[in-house]
Amino acid sequence: MTDLLFLLEVSLAGLGSGALLSLTALAFVLIYKATRVINLAVGEILMLGSYLFFAFAAGMGLSVWLALPLAVAGGALTGAVVERGLIRPMLGESPISVFMVTVGLGSVLIGLVELIWGTDPRSLPPFIANTPVFLGEAYVSRKILVAFLVAAAVMAAFMLLFRYWRGGVALRATATDQAAAYSCGINVPGVFSAAWTVGCGIAAGAGVLLGAIGGISPSMGVFGLSALVVVIVGGLDSILGALIGGLALGLIQSWAGTYLGGEYQGVVTFGLLIVALMVRPYGLFGTHEIERL
Amino acid sequence: MAADTILEIENIEVIYNKSVQVLRGLSLRVPRGQVVTLLGSNGAGKSTTLKAISRLLSLENGELTSGRILFDGQDTAGEEPHQLVRRGLFHVMEGRRVFGDLTVEENLTAATFALSGRGVKHSGFDQVYSYFPRLHERRHARAGYLSGGEQQMLAIGRALIAQPALILLDEPSLGLSPRLVEEIFTIIARINRETGVSMLLVEQNAAVAFAIAHYGYIMETGKIQLDGPTARLMADQDVREFYLGHAGHGGERSYRDIKHYKRRKRWLS
Ligand SMILES: Nc1ncnc2c1ncn2[C@@H]1O[C@H](COP(=O)(O)OP(=O)(O)OP(=O)(O)O)[C@@H](O)[C@H]1O
Ligand SMILES: [Mg+2]
Repeated sequence: MTDLLFLLEVSLAGLGSGALLSLTALAFVLIYKATRVINLAVGEILMLGSYLFFAFAAGMGLSVWLALPLAVAGGALTGAVVERGLIRPMLGESPISVFMVTVGLGSVLIGLVELIWGTDPRSLPPFIANTPVFLGEAYVSRKILVAFLVAAAVMAAFMLLFRYWRGGVALRATATDQAAAYSCGINVPGVFSAAWTVGCGIAAGAGVLLGAIGGISPSMGVFGLSALVVVIVGGLDSILGALIGGLALGLIQSWAGTYLGGEYQGVVTFGLLIVALMVRPYGLFGTHEIERL
Repeated sequence: MAADTILEIENIEVIYNKSVQVLRGLSLRVPRGQVVTLLGSNGAGKSTTLKAISRLLSLENGELTSGRILFDGQDTAGEEPHQLVRRGLFHVMEGRRVFGDLTVEENLTAATFALSGRGVKHSGFDQVYSYFPRLHERRHARAGYLSGGEQQMLAIGRALIAQPALILLDEPSLGLSPRLVEEIFTIIARINRETGVSMLLVEQNAAVAFAIAHYGYIMETGKIQLDGPTARLMADQDVREFYLGHAGHGGERSYRDIKHYKRRKRWLS
């Protein structure tokens, strides 16, 4: 009985971090859908978001409720500038060169953050109480529960927007056929820009939630790699894939970390990636062919 | 330029990939409210002409290297494709190009972006559905699952949503059965008559194009070879022989049909 309770608690924790994976995966999906670019710097934007929150809340002493939207806006602004300044001029270049630009961008962001805030891990000013929550008899960290609820709400909102909002139609149309989207009067470069802006804003917000749970450090961007596994398995252009894939990977990582030992998390994650790619090269929920890198 | 001209093309040249010249000094004119057809064999440069007008050329690494294009009296140079659409120039591309993952209704919604910043109220989708009742029946179906004819109706329906002053139509007969071609061309003619929208119609099927057009141009390898009111073109001996297939060119005709069929399959896949 206690074993079962323990499994339940481990699973709930896994779903919590899984929701953050989903949220980060959503950033990949938005950007990929619109511009067919795998933005490897999503993880570093996430890291940047958490440091911006740190700077606004701890450094400048702003209220966390002001610091949070500012951090998200900072991430969004970074996304907009990067799209306009680095990505758009490369339109028509080979996917691998654009991909490499985002890899470089990630390193630059890490360097910048280390220059300003140093390499030591830090903790964010607490804004979610430490008191645990009990779901029935199972213990859940309040931070993880809040992260889960926020991530779930954001994911749900985006799914609805995609389906029912006119802008969602514009994004899906652009994703299917750029020339035809132009011919319908859709501002295609505007869609690119919006996807990068919103995607990076989401990543920055995920960074704040992640930092609240586990603290921040310049290397926390590796979380982005797990999210990348989620989208490659779930389908690079599928929001549903990001949601389900993120939750599933969160669960699996939590189980592997608890029952096999922390060192197995990475092995299991990337083992999963390899198996999934062998079974379905386009991702479980993906529709379009992925540009082979 | 006369105020009764919606489109004027003067001596344009187009080069793809900075190396292949496809248009070599092409000129044509579309009077307001009329249907003008542009005919020519495979590879003559018809689609390229339309892409030069709608400025979708830049997406394919094509460039307008000389000449100019006036839409509604204004040079289109430097305009982005979506801005031109919002000014009332709608390009229905070759191969229909509907958004396969989107429903019929969502495809029409996508076209409402053409109305942005124009201060026109869009009249709902009723007008489209009254011209194409079949689209109404299938409005919740994914466009990718529609038949070729229904997809062509949807492609034209998107143009209607945009309430344009000029529609560029690229081979609407492509891959359709003769019965469907007749049905769709009848509706195209009705749309022109009832809404007054001007049309530049590119076709390989000269017979149906002549049936609805007021004026025609015939191009070969990037230039206009012949033009005139449709009645005069239809009486022309060469035109009858090469484009209307009246002189026993049946063999070539059926070869073209096969090519069409192949291309249609490519577009759909
Ligand atoms: N994107 C492109 N890049 C390079 N060459 C191109 C491109 N598009 C078309 N061409 C070439 O330009 C020429 C004219 O093509 P275009 O599509 O305009 O012909 P078309 O008259 O529309 O023919 P069809 O009746 O087969 O549609 C062809 O020789 C074609 O190979
Ligand atoms: Mg063509």
